[in-house]
Amino acid sequence: MMESGPLTGPVPTDGSADGTHPRPAELSGVPAKPNPGTANPSNGDIDGTFWRRFTFRRPLVALILQRLGLSVGLLFAVSLMISGGIEALPGDFATTYLGQSATPQAVENIRKDLGLDKPWSERYLSWLGGAVQGDFGTSWASKNSVGEQISKRLGNSLFLAFFAALVSVPLAVGLGMLAVQFRNRLPDKIINVVSLAAISLPEFFVGYLLIMFFAVQYGVATFPATVYDSMTLTERLSAIALPVATLVLVVLAHMMRMTRAAILNVMSSAYVETAELKGLSMFRIIARHAAPNAVAPVINVIALNLAYLVVGVVVVEVVFVYPGMGQYMVDAVTVRDMPVVQACGLIFAAFYIFLNMAADILAIIANPRLRHPR
Amino acid sequence: MNLRSIPFSAWIGIAGIAIAIFCALFAPMIAPFGERDVVGDVWLPPGGDFLLGTDNLGRDLLSRLIYGARTTIFVALAATVLSFSLGMLLSFTAAVVGGFTDQLFSRFNDLMMAIPTLIFALVVLAVLPQHLWILILVMAVLDSTRVFRIGRAVALDVAVMEFVEAARLRGEGSLWIIFREILPNTLSPLLAEFGLRFAFSILFLSTLSFLGLGIQPPAADWGGMVKDNKDGIIFGISAALVPGAAIATLAICVNLVVDWLMKRTSSLKGGRGDA
Amino acid sequence: MPEMLSVKNLKIEATSYPPGEPPKVVTLVEGVSFTVQKGKVLGLIGESGAGKSTIGLSALAYGRGGVRITGGEVLLDGKDILTLDKNGIRSIRGARVCYVAQSAAAAFNPAHRLGDQVIEASLRHGIMSREEAKKRALYLFRVLGLPNPETFGERYPHQVSGGQLQRAMTAMALCPNPELIVFDEPTTALDVTTQIDVLAAIKHAIEETHTAALYITHDLAVVAQISDDIMVLRHGKTVEYGSTKQIIEAPREDYTRALVSVRQTKRDEAADQTGAQLKIEHISAGYANGFKVLHDVSMHLPKGQTLAIVGESGSGKSTLARVITGLLPPSEGRITFEGKELPPALKGRSNDELRRIQMIYQMADTAMNPRQTVREIVGRPLSFYFGLHGQKKTERVNELLDQIEMGTRFLDRYPAELSGGQKQRVAIARALAAKPELILCDEPTSALDPLVAEGILNLLLKLQEETAVSYVFITHDIAIVRAIADSVAVMHRGRLVRFGPKSKVLSPPFDDYTDLLLKSVPEMEIGWLERVLKTRRMESAGN
Repeated sequence: MMESGPLTGPVPTDGSADGTHPRPAELSGVPAKPNPGTANPSNGDIDGTFWRRFTFRRPLVALILQRLGLSVGLLFAVSLMISGGIEALPGDFATTYLGQSATPQAVENIRKDLGLDKPWSERYLSWLGGAVQGDFGTSWASKNSVGEQISKRLGNSLFLAFFAALVSVPLAVGLGMLAVQFRNRLPDKIINVVSLAAISLPEFFVGYLLIMFFAVQYGVATFPATVYDSMTLTERLSAIALPVATLVLVVLAHMMRMTRAAILNVMSSAYVETAELKGLSMFRIIARHAAPNAVAPVINVIALNLAYLVVGVVVVEVVFVYPGMGQYMVDAVTVRDMPVVQACGLIFAAFYIFLNMAADILAIIANPRLRHPR
Repeated sequence: MNLRSIPFSAWIGIAGIAIAIFCALFAPMIAPFGERDVVGDVWLPPGGDFLLGTDNLGRDLLSRLIYGARTTIFVALAATVLSFSLGMLLSFTAAVVGGFTDQLFSRFNDLMMAIPTLIFALVVLAVLPQHLWILILVMAVLDSTRVFRIGRAVALDVAVMEFVEAARLRGEGSLWIIFREILPNTLSPLLAEFGLRFAFSILFLSTLSFLGLGIQPPAADWGGMVKDNKDGIIFGISAALVPGAAIATLAICVNLVVDWLMKRTSSLKGGRGDA
Repeated sequence: MPEMLSVKNLKIEATSYPPGEPPKVVTLVEGVSFTVQKGKVLGLIGESGAGKSTIGLSALAYGRGGVRITGGEVLLDGKDILTLDKNGIRSIRGARVCYVAQSAAAAFNPAHRLGDQVIEASLRHGIMSREEAKKRALYLFRVLGLPNPETFGERYPHQVSGGQLQRAMTAMALCPNPELIVFDEPTTALDVTTQIDVLAAIKHAIEETHTAALYITHDLAVVAQISDDIMVLRHGKTVEYGSTKQIIEAPREDYTRALVSVRQTKRDEAADQTGAQLKIEHISAGYANGFKVLHDVSMHLPKGQTLAIVGESGSGKSTLARVITGLLPPSEGRITFEGKELPPALKGRSNDELRRIQMIYQMADTAMNPRQTVREIVGRPLSFYFGLHGQKKTERVNELLDQIEMGTRFLDRYPAELSGGQKQRVAIARALAAKPELILCDEPTSALDPLVAEGILNLLLKLQEETAVSYVFITHDIAIVRAIADSVAVMHRGRLVRFGPKSKVLSPPFDDYTDLLLKSVPEMEIGWLERVLKTRRMESAGN
């Protein structure tokens, strides 16, 4: 039988295996994400062959650059939409502002006062120019500088969101892994039902429930959660204990369910079966074969939920009378203080876009196909 | 479909939804007092004439809860139906027509979704006058972005199937392809999605009302009732928690049904994450 | 000879959860017994659903998702592994019994280098040191004919081709020097010219290492090249079990006989191949991203005849079909049908032009709307093209069902209630309903089990005789081409390599690619692999 000599047969000429075979799948190597070509169709034409070659040789860098560019463009478009949308919608600020006492002359004066008589494009450009430097104009209601107010409150909001993330992320990932470990058994089912209920709870309900029990009944927490500049860190932390707990409860269920799904997806893959058929220990299968591939989707889940957290802050701040961005914005909306609304809207959107972008980029970096191109 | 195949959890959900809808439909008949009638002292404890006590103005909490079901469910349902029709129409058109139309719709949708829904709603409601139909419209348009994304994914899943190609090759028009070939095959995931959007609409409406931007007083709605009674909390008065619990219960019930529908279909794209 | 593996009276069950019904226990495998001796290969063969893979995995005491081994013994070197505890089973898997999966691309972990994955089991089971394992991996890479064996292990799975991955998976299985390897359709996902190399490499490696092997496949011709004994399975039961020679040359059971002689439909080509109902001239086509798939392709087809387009995946044969239908307008060239130029895009074509060219797909499952009954599926072209309705429409549907040899009792069934062959027949009836002059058949039999496929081919031939319809038949299967074609076009990487009457195209002198393609198709003959490897001229590309 040996003279058949398959050794001479199957040795391929190496060159034909790689270079010459066009592989269109290469360019869209990120399975979960849309093809970058469709996301930004003009790119290939503008940058011509250089960009194409670059995409081929350094797909990782190219994709990250693309995401960054996309986010900046998106942010710009959002600013345009917030400003232009407000303009296009019916409703006149001056009339609303004056309420019942609006005489044509008074309306005219107010319009001039607020600069509403200038063309929209001019106002937009000067607003955007200021916004880039952190100057968001003056509030109509309080005549204060919007930028100054925001710089104080943004810190407070981020402080709150940061601690909420600090508690919820490890907890969610841990519970998600627990649910996978006990898949379809009692702990998993309990976690499933509880989290299903938890995602149905409105933030304010959770908030007031916590206040009722911990602040009013037992008196172990403070309400309202006001913070001053002169407070020490421990005082601050005790003040935000309840708002943080609320945010954690609200975001935890989402994050946990998504983590569970992401890990389950990896655990049911063929390469985990291969590892099992290699006779490896459960620990090694999880640590070496499942974990590296689960990291990307889990990081993605976390980033998406942090984006959610930024928004969840709005309601929680109102419930706990916490001096952050959310409360500032809601107050401004009720009195139709447009410079404040615009500024807050833009900043919230910026955080949201940034976190979504971070999720995308982290997923790209974690993809071995892109980290090790051919 | 076999009735016995419906799990217990889904039955709880269906029962909860049925009770809420019953209250909404027959509110004037079952409510012991009027929606806006001041019938007693402020924040009376539960018991006696007032099963759940009274609110911050001395109105019967139970009656307002029953009338509130009416407003909350009506507005949330109207917004969901509208957002669903809009999102489905646009997403199916995008998926079937493809090309430039698809690109245009999809990119605009990406842009809309780049702003968190609540923030977007706050900005828009700051400008628009306060009317019920405007509220419904804003909720519907904002929510339709999510319907669009899922509808397009589901429709594309089906649209690449060969039987759709076969219909195209036969020379069938877009309407036939959408309504006769694609829609019947997407009903199940879309039904689950409808439930999900409805649950989200209830929460979203309540949040807006709670922030004072949703349904305006004196009409009763659950989110607004929380806002009305929130000051009682520090005095240990639980009046604000009752409507809050009602919102949570209804949302849980809807989600229980959705969870069952989702398990029946595996092809649904996208998560339940929302912002 | 010592018995390496001995399976006795195996019974395997699974619990299925049909929606809306209580869970059901299904028996997948029953009463299966066989033995494999050291250095020998046993081929397990059967249609999809015959329980081959399930039996293969039982040699590792493993059941996929809810599958349980509920009876019998699996003796490895005389000891029943089914009685072992968790750790006992672990010490066998990956050390004494190894597994090669059908899709190596999915079975390798994308996050780790190939070399690390290949030696992992050997290290973890303490069979050899890292140095020894690396040396053995290098040796195996060489034996399996992998390119640059010294550096091959540095690569990541996505950096090498499918054929190379399949060989790397074989190396991974061989590395710990196991007593038994289970090959689960290792070449099924590969192109035919790649398959032959991988097959040769696996065979060589088995001979070199004297391991015992179970080789699972649905292709009897493949298993005839590599195994010493063959077991034929159907519906989880043994049909026939014997030496390869006996099974191939003197099958005892009817079912085996049918499998061995399945490719027997033969038809002589039409003598007169002048004239052209369909004329394809200088067609080039590509996709929107600028990737060109077809380069200057020309061919023609006389009325009432069959043109077979042969090629491997990536050859552009399906793209050509899309161009003919108008789904993908060509960038250059034109298509003439019945003397009239066809508008390039689907939208430009009239309903009558669409009616005259119909299509049959590979997967009948996805080609029919699962929410429509047979009556609706077959009836729609009738009402769409001819305005038929009511009684007349029903009569015509019944007629068509008769034509495809299915009775009217199928009228109100949904596709899910039909077997694979029945579905394909309904798809044919739908095409016929339009009274077409040309039917494009895109691999209509390749997803079907051989006996069913044979029936479909015969039906197509019968219909051609009755209605004088022309076929463009797209396939990768040379045997089918031999059976039904009048003229043949061979395609490779988007170019037409060879075109003409069947007798000319399929007889020498050959160009290099056609030679390779023809010689790569396994034949139902022992010793074919060795013979063909000695005589072919061109290496398969991209394996």
